[in-house]
Amino acid sequence: MHWMDDDAGPVVRAYAVTGGRVRPVAGGFDLVAFVVARSGEEGLPAHLSPEQRAIIAASAEPLSVAEVAAKLNLALGVIRVLLGDLLAADLISMYEPPAARRHDEDILKAVVNGLRAL
Amino acid sequence: MDSVLFDERPAVPTALKILIAGGFGAGKTTLVGSVSEVRPLQTEEVLTGMGLDVDDTFGVEQKGTTTVAMDFGRISISEDLQIYLFGTPGQDRFWFLWDELAFGALGAVVLADTRRLADCFPSVDYFEQRGTPFVVAVNMFEGHSQITEAALRTALDLDPDVPIVLCDARDRRSGKSVLIALVEYVAERRGLSLAGVPS
Repeated sequence: MHWMDDDAGPVVRAYAVTGGRVRPVAGGFDLVAFVVARSGEEGLPAHLSPEQRAIIAASAEPLSVAEVAAKLNLALGVIRVLLGDLLAADLISMYEPPAARRHDEDILKAVVNGLRAL
Repeated sequence: MDSVLFDERPAVPTALKILIAGGFGAGKTTLVGSVSEVRPLQTEEVLTGMGLDVDDTFGVEQKGTTTVAMDFGRISISEDLQIYLFGTPGQDRFWFLWDELAFGALGAVVLADTRRLADCFPSVDYFEQRGTPFVVAVNMFEGHSQITEAALRTALDLDPDVPIVLCDARDRRSGKSVLIALVEYVAERRGLSLAGVPS
């Protein structure tokens, strides 16, 4: 068992980049929702943190929330707060995944075909 | 030439989530790794012990913390359809993280190690209660499984329709067939026909 209560240090470290906030100001951010930057890295507001700039840079192409977190090596909760700020500032777009009941026949067929073809 | 309008709405793939559950050491990470097209990634959640009603102006520095890691992998079916596989955190006390993982999930694979069958009971219970479709995949550790399907079904108290498949979590082809069994089962439960799919 790898309990990291001690190794992880105080929570203030993990959430320092959010100014101690644990809730995003906007958005739900499913793990497989996609983030897309609305503009390039030039001309971003000066107050953005390095982490938020890194998110913009990473999401020039659509990237899932889980991959954003993995890429920046930050906890999901932290990433969600940062994404919330960027969404509220209109610097990113978010695309939530379809609800489970909307996985229709065509999608399931495509998945089975695709898996067989791999 | 791409139109400006087209550029404003980039081609965003549809992503489906599949959960890989089972007891500690049942092969979850191995299975994610064998079928993923990318080296499995890891995300962490830092648990703050915050109550649900506490608003975000409240400091978190006094709260105890635990870091929970989740492995995940990805399979691109096509440019606009991707499957994400999430290995569930192994400890029972993190059920609430499972809720987030299970939300909107296509279904789940419960990996069973027949030497430690009881380890997968909590996963089976969880998905049954949630109504998440799942298949049980018996991970054959060096040909270890001597148990019959009927005995396994009885031991896990599975509904008759829940598929049980044998697999070798290290083998990509075997892992793929587990995922196919799951998607076929999901379709069956929804009364959808995948007929016309070449096998």
